[in-house]
Amino acid sequence: MNKPATGSATPPPSRNIKAIVHQNLARRRAAERRFRGYGLVAITLGLAFVVLMFGNIISKGLPAFWQTYIQVPITFDSTVLDPQGARDPQALANADYATLVRAGMRQLFPHVEGRLPLRALGGLISSDAAYELQRRIQDQPELLGSTQEVWLLASAAVDTFFKGNIDRTLPEAERPIKDNQIEWLDKLKTSGKIEKQFNAVLFQSGDSREPEQAGIRGALMGSFFTLLVTFLLSFPIGVATAVYLEEFAPKNRWTDIIEVNINNLAAVPSIVFGLLGLAVFINFFGLPRSAPLVGGLVLSLMTLPVIIIAGRAALTSVPPSIREAALGMGASKLQMVGHHVLPLAMPGMLTGSIIGMARALGESAPLLMIGMVAFIVDVPKNFLDPATVLPVQIYLWSDLPERAFVERTSAAIMVLLAFMILMNGLAILLRKRFERRW
Amino acid sequence: MIKHKLALAVAATILTATAYGQSARDYISIVGSSTVYPFTTAVAEQFGKANANFKTPKVESTGTGGGFKLFCGGVGVQHPDISNASRAIKKSEIETCAKNGVTEIVEINIGFDGIVLASSKKNKPMPLTIKDLWLALAKEVPDPATGKLVMNNFKTWKDINAALPANKIEVLGPPPTSGTRDAFVELVMDHGCKEFPAIKDLEKADEKKAKATCQTIREDGVFIEAGENDNLIVNKLVANPNALGIFGYSFLEENLDKIQGETINGVAPSFETIADGKYPVSRPLFVYAKKAHVGVIPGIKEFIAEFTSEKAMGDEGYLARKGLIPLPNAKRKQVAMDANALKVMAP
Repeated sequence: MNKPATGSATPPPSRNIKAIVHQNLARRRAAERRFRGYGLVAITLGLAFVVLMFGNIISKGLPAFWQTYIQVPITFDSTVLDPQGARDPQALANADYATLVRAGMRQLFPHVEGRLPLRALGGLISSDAAYELQRRIQDQPELLGSTQEVWLLASAAVDTFFKGNIDRTLPEAERPIKDNQIEWLDKLKTSGKIEKQFNAVLFQSGDSREPEQAGIRGALMGSFFTLLVTFLLSFPIGVATAVYLEEFAPKNRWTDIIEVNINNLAAVPSIVFGLLGLAVFINFFGLPRSAPLVGGLVLSLMTLPVIIIAGRAALTSVPPSIREAALGMGASKLQMVGHHVLPLAMPGMLTGSIIGMARALGESAPLLMIGMVAFIVDVPKNFLDPATVLPVQIYLWSDLPERAFVERTSAAIMVLLAFMILMNGLAILLRKRFERRW
Repeated sequence: MIKHKLALAVAATILTATAYGQSARDYISIVGSSTVYPFTTAVAEQFGKANANFKTPKVESTGTGGGFKLFCGGVGVQHPDISNASRAIKKSEIETCAKNGVTEIVEINIGFDGIVLASSKKNKPMPLTIKDLWLALAKEVPDPATGKLVMNNFKTWKDINAALPANKIEVLGPPPTSGTRDAFVELVMDHGCKEFPAIKDLEKADEKKAKATCQTIREDGVFIEAGENDNLIVNKLVANPNALGIFGYSFLEENLDKIQGETINGVAPSFETIADGKYPVSRPLFVYAKKAHVGVIPGIKEFIAEFTSEKAMGDEGYLARKGLIPLPNAKRKQVAMDANALKVMAP
């Protein structure tokens, strides 16, 4: 009614709006640009940190995949190894193989004299060399009496030096490699008797206090057994719980309390589960300390809530029409769930479980309480052998004084990260391949 | 059906595991100090390699106190056989042990560990004394004029001792849960404060208060708790040339190209000065064995023999190469003899 009145006072409304929009346009665009800018900065910063972290770990850890070996002429002298000539395996196993290594090194450098220089010469080779020769004789007793050129593991100090991590210009007292050793190593290098080979030891042996002999096989097997127990326990229980709560349980105060508690458990610090494991599984049930079985039990307590929550989310995303159609066709409730809802929800449940397992793989704090933070040389063979896991191995190595453990720590982190990426990648793949959208 | 079988299998595993846990253990179980861990693990590995008929012992790093708690839990295969300690066993711990039936304990003093104060090589060396260190780190210090206790306000080393440089006081050290921290307090703080008449007077009047004054480390950001990881402290020292770090001698030895150990009371930390007792901040390291387990768990006697042998504990043994400072010759022989005879501690 009063439109004409205002119309006469101001310019026509269409031009008015256009002007206002025009006026604000620059400001709105600037705001949007700014917001995008912030986003970009945030992402770049995040990526920069990831690149920095990965770059640091990889640059430190990559050299650990190669290891320095020295070629030594070894005479498997039967007068040393088998004085009786009986070829008794027991006597052969206990023979003095260190003498052979020393003799081989002296053959390479015949001019070295005196106790201290000879010790320094012996220090170039890892203490595992003698056991390596013993293993060879055990595998091939026919080597006895022959002379072989054998590539022997160099000591950790030589390895660090050969990789360029020890500055040769430092005063002699400040480096683990002495002047005479550098001279010998240079000679070996010119004659091609020292080289870097793929570090198979890292993947084949358990822990060791000598960096060049230390490997992650024990920790990998420990992680494998622990996660197997975790999966076998938490997946069926988690799925059953999710299905029951979502499909069968009445909605009342009790189920509400259960739901709140499950959500709460998902946020409990993991060390608490470790304490629980110590009190219940070890002290009450008397299970052995340091066993992957106990580790798996503790970690499954930790992953259960994650799997239940993911499982329930997957079940709710299945549209009600599917349920109604199944029931309408005369299916029982169990048939409806078993034949229709669960198969459709399974990819989501698996994804949630895999992410929960990845979290369990990276966990070390709860394992401290149940004795899995330990030095274990023998590779575990079953669920009850003492074992450690990959993150714990990383923690233990990072705390050792020897410089050569730095690169091994980073190498172990790389292996752990590779498994994490693999597991998370699998979760994404499952989701992409099998997820149905309605 | 499958789920039933699975549940049965899990139940069966747990049952057999329980039976297994209570019946036999064929490897030695060792717990305790993270300072002794690098040495015991080296012996364990050698022992496992040299003896084909014994399994390699398992060595847990639980800390000295945590180790004794497990060790004193009782006699039986579920309890550990050997405990590492970066200090001697306390009276209260012996009592706990006795209460749980662990009465026969064999104490083995395996050697010494020096605690060093180190700084980056970029820094000039600072000749420190225990007195200076106490003044730098105590929460309350006697006022130079009146002798009354006041809050510690020293900001630079020059404030404490005119001979020292005017660098900011900044010390990175282990947290109170660490055995290294206990030893530092006992060897440096307790001794440093005794050099002041004011504290001596206080000691006569109120012994408890004097002890607390001696041992309390300042909390105004000068002493920084850097966690249990000594490699981390070394890296922080390289990044911050003004800072001093407190850690075990083996970490100094491994990083001589980056850091230097400060002299304390005129003595530089080195293998020789720690071994002959001239360097004032060193502590004995121990291993405790349960005699009741000898003969039950295979290999304990042989493991002790390996530990106390000359090729391990000796002057040029492999433990010395790992940074353990060996005992003097006569003492070492005595320790080896007593240990191999399984001589138990006096109750």
